Amino acid sequence: MRLSKRSRWLLRAAVAVGLAFIYVPLIVIVIYAFNSSKILEWPPPGFTTHWFSQAFKNEAAREAFFTSLKAGIAASAIALVLGTLASLAVARHRFFGRETISFLVILPIALPGIVTGVAISNTFTQVLDVPLSLFTVIVGHATFCIVIVYNNAVARLRRLSGSFEEASADLGAHTWQTFRYVTFPGMRSALMAGGLLAFALSFDEIIVTNFTIGAGEQTLPIWIYSNLFRPHELPIVNAVAVLVILISIIPVYLAHRLGAEEGGATGGRAAGGGVETEATAVP
Amino acid sequence: MASEAVAERRSAGHRLAGLFHGRERLQVGALLAGPVGWLVIGYLGSLALLLVAAFWSVDPLSGATIKEFTLENFESLVNEPVYRDIVWRTVRTALLVTFTDAVIAFPIAFYMAKLASRRGKALLVIGILLPLWSSYLVKVYAWRTLLSANGAINWALDPIGLHGPGYGTTAVWLVMSYLWLPYMILPIYAGLERIPNSLISASEDLGASPFTTFRRVILPLGFPAVVAGSIFTFSLTLGDYITPRLVSNDQFIGNVIFSNVANNQPFAAALAIVPIVVTIAYLLVARRLGAFEHV
Repeated sequence: MRLSKRSRWLLRAAVAVGLAFIYVPLIVIVIYAFNSSKILEWPPPGFTTHWFSQAFKNEAAREAFFTSLKAGIAASAIALVLGTLASLAVARHRFFGRETISFLVILPIALPGIVTGVAISNTFTQVLDVPLSLFTVIVGHATFCIVIVYNNAVARLRRLSGSFEEASADLGAHTWQTFRYVTFPGMRSALMAGGLLAFALSFDEIIVTNFTIGAGEQTLPIWIYSNLFRPHELPIVNAVAVLVILISIIPVYLAHRLGAEEGGATGGRAAGGGVETEATAVP
Repeated sequence: MASEAVAERRSAGHRLAGLFHGRERLQVGALLAGPVGWLVIGYLGSLALLLVAAFWSVDPLSGATIKEFTLENFESLVNEPVYRDIVWRTVRTALLVTFTDAVIAFPIAFYMAKLASRRGKALLVIGILLPLWSSYLVKVYAWRTLLSANGAINWALDPIGLHGPGYGTTAVWLVMSYLWLPYMILPIYAGLERIPNSLISASEDLGASPFTTFRRVILPLGFPAVVAGSIFTFSLTLGDYITPRLVSNDQFIGNVIFSNVANNQPFAAALAIVPIVVTIAYLLVARRLGAFEHV
């Protein structure tokens, strides 16, 4: 597009201001994590890595970390299986109600998180009489993670030609062999990307978790939340917060790289609300 | 022996695969049983039960749930002004945040889609994606420290004689606009990417000024993408109860749901119907505006 120099510079400035707005709060937290003072005051008076070693020594935080890890791994494993199955049905078959599947898969993430949280907690406690626990957290997380795997897998399957599968069948491979040797290798990096993103989403989720977790159990975000109101714990919270940022960002970066190899994936989350074509699954 | 067993297993696998061969309905059924079972029976079932539970009540003495139909919850929701205020405050904030994000996101998305180099584009996409995925709670907490009395915002504004908004309604608006901004940028970027450059060139060749091209070509074609992005900003704001709790004393729908969920689950269920209805109404409007058409 032809724009005057001035308009170009104005747009660049808007982008710079926007990015600064997005990154400054995160940078501030990283700086606070190395703050030598016990009080949160700006600017921090000195530098220390003391709070990181304190955070590693903190029993409750460590336990919460492993709980989050378990929830993330279990939820993304369930999401991988269910998301892959649904994507194969939608991308490779024609059937009545096919359009509805995408809508169904997206619903848990399109509705406000609080709705999913209350609905699942209500079903378990009021109707099924199952006490809340890590298990109910995993059920909740898996429900909204399916869409992430599904979007990545469908986008990939649309790009992979179905004619390879037909050729495999023509050469005598049965359904399972075709999946194992033809379809799955083509989908592998998309599934890895989807699984990583699902893990990242589950690992730092708090809204649904708060409604579905049992008494006395804590995921890492819940540990952070419950310590936010205790001023003397805040230095450790800052250090844990930086670790949480890293743990949620690294899988996303890896997923993006995986997707970039063969044409991209990380838009899954932003592709939640009905935005499901390749273009948005691949921003 | 061993090879026989293998042969037998393989033939069992073959038989199973043979069963599916050419039977498309059976294949689709097997593929969908798990995911559809989970989402329809588990998730939609839970939503349906939530709707049912909204008409239950709690015995004020024993605290036990009375599973009998009553309109009690909805009556107090409609009649008590405090709940009306809360619903209105939540919806108003959701609209305000959506508008703010659309205004900030559009120029950024436009630059990404139409002006940046290939490399710049890739960098900007990952630059927007990483914070989108980084911990929601940590981001809210970051703002809590930024906005605190001796936080960085007051420190930065003090030399020019100003001070930050502190905790309160303005802070909620600011923080939510911050949180959901990447959710607005990415769909708009994807939407603008799809506008062929030739259309823009045609408009320019026919003598339109950049502003006219923007107003008559880019904005109408990009608008459905803005609506698609607004679904996130709107729905995420409706459901958030952590941000109001951390940077204000305001009550949002989510806060009331959360504080009722332990002692009065039916009332929490009735309250949760509100964001469902508002979200569905919003989705219907979004569909009329074309948010789902080419996305």
